[in-house]
Amino acid sequence: MSDTIESVSALIIEKLLANPKVPRDIDGNCKIMEDLAFDSLAVMNFVMEVEDTLDVSVPLDKLADIRTINDLAACIVDLKNKG
Amino acid sequence: MTSLFAKFNGTASALGALVEAGGRNPFGVVIEKPLSSTVGLIEGRETLLFGTNNYLGLSQSARAIKAAQDAVAHYGVGTTGSRIANGTQSLHRKLETQIAAYFKRRDAMVFSTGYQANLGMISTLVGKDDYLILDADSHASIYDGSRLSPAQVIRFRHNDADDLHKRLKRLDGTPGAKLVVVEGIYSMTGNVAPIAEMAQVKRETGSYLLVDEAHSFGVMGERGLGVAEAAGVEADVDFVVGTFSKSLGTVGGYCVSDHPELEFVRLNCRPYMFTASLPPEVIAATMAALQDMEAHPELRTQLMDNAARLHAGFHRIGLNASRQVSPVIAVTLEEMGQAIVMWNRLLELGVYVNLSVPPATPDHRPLLRCSVMATHTPAQIDQAIDIFRQAGLDAGVLNASVA
Ligand SMILES: Cc1ncc(COP(=O)(O)O)c(C=O)c1O
Repeated sequence: MSDTIESVSALIIEKLLANPKVPRDIDGNCKIMEDLAFDSLAVMNFVMEVEDTLDVSVPLDKLADIRTINDLAACIVDLKNKG
Repeated sequence: MTSLFAKFNGTASALGALVEAGGRNPFGVVIEKPLSSTVGLIEGRETLLFGTNNYLGLSQSARAIKAAQDAVAHYGVGTTGSRIANGTQSLHRKLETQIAAYFKRRDAMVFSTGYQANLGMISTLVGKDDYLILDADSHASIYDGSRLSPAQVIRFRHNDADDLHKRLKRLDGTPGAKLVVVEGIYSMTGNVAPIAEMAQVKRETGSYLLVDEAHSFGVMGERGLGVAEAAGVEADVDFVVGTFSKSLGTVGGYCVSDHPELEFVRLNCRPYMFTASLPPEVIAATMAALQDMEAHPELRTQLMDNAARLHAGFHRIGLNASRQVSPVIAVTLEEMGQAIVMWNRLLELGVYVNLSVPPATPDHRPLLRCSVMATHTPAQIDQAIDIFRQAGLDAGVLNASVA
């Protein structure tokens, strides 16, 4: 099975929506910290859940460049293709 | 012009709300004078100290005070230089020899603080292709070390050896060395690392292991060497990092190891090289405190008895306190409003503890973080429990029919 940015992004959104505090109208272009009001710890903890679902590890230094949900999806697809 | 300080607006309003709700700044407490290891003068009142990390009470050790006075008289008050230039005096090497011998390790490096010991070791040991694997609840000094390093940094779930194993397995086949970093006792919660399980994962996966025994040195283990000694897995620990600023009552940090390459770490480690070394009086006081610790193993028994007494008391009055007994006992509260009122009431009634607020706490709930000392008397602990009960009732944390 090959993951695409679209499929990973959809999975991330599904996971985010499981949290009742997250706005209902999010899409791939939403900024994770600004639009979802996640602090850095919340982002790291959320990424850990995504890592487990997709069996991939996202190094913390990569998180620094990630702003939007699609950025995170692209980073994960890239890591999976390398792995 | 863009203000440099706009980024502090959030801090300013959060602090403003804290001060308004409680009447004082919880991060601006002044201990006017320590009267003993367990009592300090705060706002002119004699206050029981239950938040100083001074586990063995050695900040007031007569032997350490005398040693510091003698060292100042003989050597002056500072070294004015880096460890790799003019900042190594015979005392510095003596302390390194003493601490290495105490751990039965080949060598030790002494840093100016424990913060710098973590910053230095973690940033220097791993290179660009290496992996740093950190417990999610690691101390700021560990996270900061990871940011200073060029390595890939991966977090695993707090105290979860299976999760660590899973994340290491994911790296199978990738080149680069793996360094796992855990703490002995976690500073905020008092959680003790399952170090035997971590050591097994380290062995199975061919990783290196660094343990920060900041809060467990002097506290756990037959000789006070920390959780690795207590669990009988010292041989699996490649690097022990620690601090003098807790159980030894002074200031400074160290790393001990059997790896002979520690000698080269000295010459690549920026937080070791580009800062002045500890002054002679601190080194001398630390050596004396270490002798005290070695000579008085009963301090550890008293400490654990005291921790058990406070822990049982908290549970008896119905507080949500840490599950494990350790000298760090955290009381978790559900929301900030209660935490602020309760912390202020504690101080007014005569007990000082640390107020820890999110995001510095692991699960977004505020903590009243207590640390116990060997030198607390049973009467002081019972008094603290009574005051916690009263403050808990006043803050609406406890219910009169239960507590
Ligand atoms: C787990 C841990 N590591 C390291 C440190 C740093 O120690 P120091 O106070 O010597 O800088 C602390 C204390 O703040 C700590 O809690």
